Amino acid sequence: MAGEAVFRQDFPVKGGDFAKAGAVACRIKDLLKELGLDSPIIRRAAIASYEAEMNVIMYAREGRVRLAVSPGEVRITVDDKGPGIPDVGLAMTEGYSTATPEMRELGFGAGMGLPNIGRNADAFRIDSRVGRGTHLEITIHTNGRHP
Amino acid sequence: MRVTLKDVMTWVNGELLTPESSLELECPKVFASDLMSDVLTSAEAGSFLLTGLANPHVISTCAVADLTAVVFVQGKRPGSDVVEQARAKGLALIATKLPMFEACSRISALLGGKIHGR
Repeated sequence: MAGEAVFRQDFPVKGGDFAKAGAVACRIKDLLKELGLDSPIIRRAAIASYEAEMNVIMYAREGRVRLAVSPGEVRITVDDKGPGIPDVGLAMTEGYSTATPEMRELGFGAGMGLPNIGRNADAFRIDSRVGRGTHLEITIHTNGRHP
Repeated sequence: MRVTLKDVMTWVNGELLTPESSLELECPKVFASDLMSDVLTSAEAGSFLLTGLANPHVISTCAVADLTAVVFVQGKRPGSDVVEQARAKGLALIATKLPMFEACSRISALLGGKIHGR
């Protein structure tokens, strides 16, 4: 991490709780605004958080999103307890999706979630264990802007 | 040419569902989709969204991706909870009976300066 985090907050996410979908991403967006980060950085962090939050809601039993802001970077870490991803390479392919029809009816599950997280991140790491869960580490550089 | 929320509302025969929204809100670009995944991937900040989906995820998606207004097409109307959510996020909502293609065509003509808002 680029220096000690000056701001940290954790957010629980409940699997299947579609009614609250987006609440964590919107909270992260508000917090980053309060910290005075630039709009394009905030937007990238909010979009990556939202995609990750939706994945927990759609696929996992529960999860936790951790936000850490330090001089130089925003880091979003997501851990879930869920089915895991058998083939991470395949899951990173645009358009590949295991979403149910219900998820698609809500406008999600187009197979763009993980690739879009990668697109909005400066660094993106996934570790997944089938039957246990998935760990995401999303890093966005803030171009030297100190919160 | 500068296109505003008022222009869009006029040309799609739309109804403003958030009366407190500024009619002078600028519409620099439009993104049309029922897939929120596509909005998160490709819509530009500041755009208006045209969609046939009227669930709360539309509002969350626009809030996260910095879209400023939603035009619900094909007679779709969001519930009062969705309207309240949009108000809280400062999003403008319009409902029109026009189908997606017709609404897109009219706004495209507006943005291209082929028709004039006022």
